[in-house]
Amino acid sequence: MPKRAAAVAMIAILVGVGACSTKKKILPPAPPPIGTPLGGGTSSTTTPAGSDSGTVGTRAVPGSLADFRATSGSDTVLFAYDSYDVDDTAKAILGKQAEWLARYPGVRVTVEGHTDERGTREYNLALGDRRASAAKNFLAAQGVITSRLQTISYGKERPVADGSDDAAYAQNRRAVTVIVSGAR
Amino acid sequence: MRILFQLLVLLATAPAAAVIRVDINSGTASPLPVAVPTFPATADAATAAGTTSALGNQVAAIIAADLGSSGLFRPVDAVVVVVPADVTAPRFDAWRASPAQALVTGNVTANPDGGVTVGCYAYDVASSEELARQGFVTTAANWRRAAHKCADLVYARLTGETGYFDSRIVYVSETGPKTTRIKRLAVMDQDGANHRFLTNGQNLVLTPRFAPNQQTLTYMSFAENRPRVWLYTIGTGRQEAIGEGANMSFSPRFSPDGARLVYSISQNGTTDIYRMDIANRSVTRLTHGPGINTSPSYSPDGSRIVFESDRGGGQQIYTMNADGSGQQRISFGEGRAGTPVWSPRGDLIAFTRLTTGKFRIGVMRPDGSGERLLTNAYQDEGPTWSPNGRVVLFFRTAAGRTGKVDLHSIDLSGTNERTIKTPLDASDPAWSPLLP
Repeated sequence: MPKRAAAVAMIAILVGVGACSTKKKILPPAPPPIGTPLGGGTSSTTTPAGSDSGTVGTRAVPGSLADFRATSGSDTVLFAYDSYDVDDTAKAILGKQAEWLARYPGVRVTVEGHTDERGTREYNLALGDRRASAAKNFLAAQGVITSRLQTISYGKERPVADGSDDAAYAQNRRAVTVIVSGAR
Repeated sequence: MRILFQLLVLLATAPAAAVIRVDINSGTASPLPVAVPTFPATADAATAAGTTSALGNQVAAIIAADLGSSGLFRPVDAVVVVVPADVTAPRFDAWRASPAQALVTGNVTANPDGGVTVGCYAYDVASSEELARQGFVTTAANWRRAAHKCADLVYARLTGETGYFDSRIVYVSETGPKTTRIKRLAVMDQDGANHRFLTNGQNLVLTPRFAPNQQTLTYMSFAENRPRVWLYTIGTGRQEAIGEGANMSFSPRFSPDGARLVYSISQNGTTDIYRMDIANRSVTRLTHGPGINTSPSYSPDGSRIVFESDRGGGQQIYTMNADGSGQQRISFGEGRAGTPVWSPRGDLIAFTRLTTGKFRIGVMRPDGSGERLLTNAYQDEGPTWSPNGRVVLFFRTAAGRTGKVDLHSIDLSGTNERTIKTPLDASDPAWSPLLP
């Protein structure tokens, strides 16, 4: 149960960060995470999303995936249409990811590059590679040795938002830093 | 499982010049009425695929469906009950009471070796002249192909162009939510029959393409989380990764002689086109940036390659010589252009035109002139040519949360758009050459 409570809290943190750092219109109509009180039986033992998330978030085990996400603010950075420029918001997140990676030198990550659906399949594979490489190169420039960094492009094959509108497109144009080994 | 087809030259006088003829460029406006009555059984014999009379019924239905699907022919009801003697000597006076201008008939006989022979006869009703006749000898399991070959014979005789009905389509079968789609390679006959899944959906697979021998496919797979180019041998099911190194390889296509592959490799954000000699795996780099260079496709004579590049700022279509020299941009106009595919006739390039919020299928000449857009929907993408270069097949994605995607075909004239039925959603089609 504590694990689940922590997970709920982490999602709350991510949503909170998104609200601060991005325009409101690109916020996802996020479905409630498992365990969010909706009158279900788990409500008595979980922390309601959005309340007191900071203190619960500190429960994340240092060096864990949850800790990585909490410390960095997000595992995901977003891009403009057909762009692979790392903007200031993305730089801030990647900078914190790099700091965290410096603290845990045994961790190896894969940076996934993704696109929205407004490009042809093969072009988007190449564009996803550009985004993953841009994020990887930024991490490397912050001192993360490249042998710890891999990239993979999924093009438009793995959206996180399934709509065909600007809000969904914005969420899908992303690079996600995924821990592959070394986390606690 | 190579299938041998034996052509039987049926005894006939040389056909006189056809009186009727289908204009392939304007024919879909007024399709030629054709009657394909049930093929009569001389002696109803059993085969592994059913009785010859049952096959005669189905063969006629397949021929009518093939011809009708081209948009150049309009199957009409048979007004005459055909008896065996009518196959070689139709009662033209009776047929002239029907709207049919052409008559296709024939017979199915069981062979001593277990195979079947499909006799195929075509007539001009108005002039009472024979247009074509041929016999197709094959295994019982292959009986549908004999029907397609008969339809191809009629199509060729009346249009003056090679047919395309005895061919197959490989594509990616899709199912599941848009965010976690399961994709499998699948192959089927051109008309959707003999559908078969080739992979189990465990790995994300994309962009299958036929080798000229139709027995081998090249495609991209995310197996082992290493997105790269693979080969698939249809007969044995053997799958082999051929992209080496840590960098993503994708967008593969065979050369017209089947000896080479062209494909892209991405390295640190730049994507270039490479050629591999399959026999010895030697690799030659054909483009040297800048930017994204992908979707290469050979001209049918193997001398040129069309591809897309964003070196000029946006995605556009370029051609080059097969050795990488002489690169020049050929697409201009509104928006972007990608996924070029050279027609097997060599005269046109099909591509995807990207304008604000839409993808449409278009064609242009290899010098970029004469651009025509054939379709109009949210996202039409990934064209592939019929073996005779008359029909373009592509996939259409609907906007919205379902991500519904299916296969469509359209005549080069921009008419006769049709949905190709598949068991599940479908994308990334590739049409085979005409089968041997």
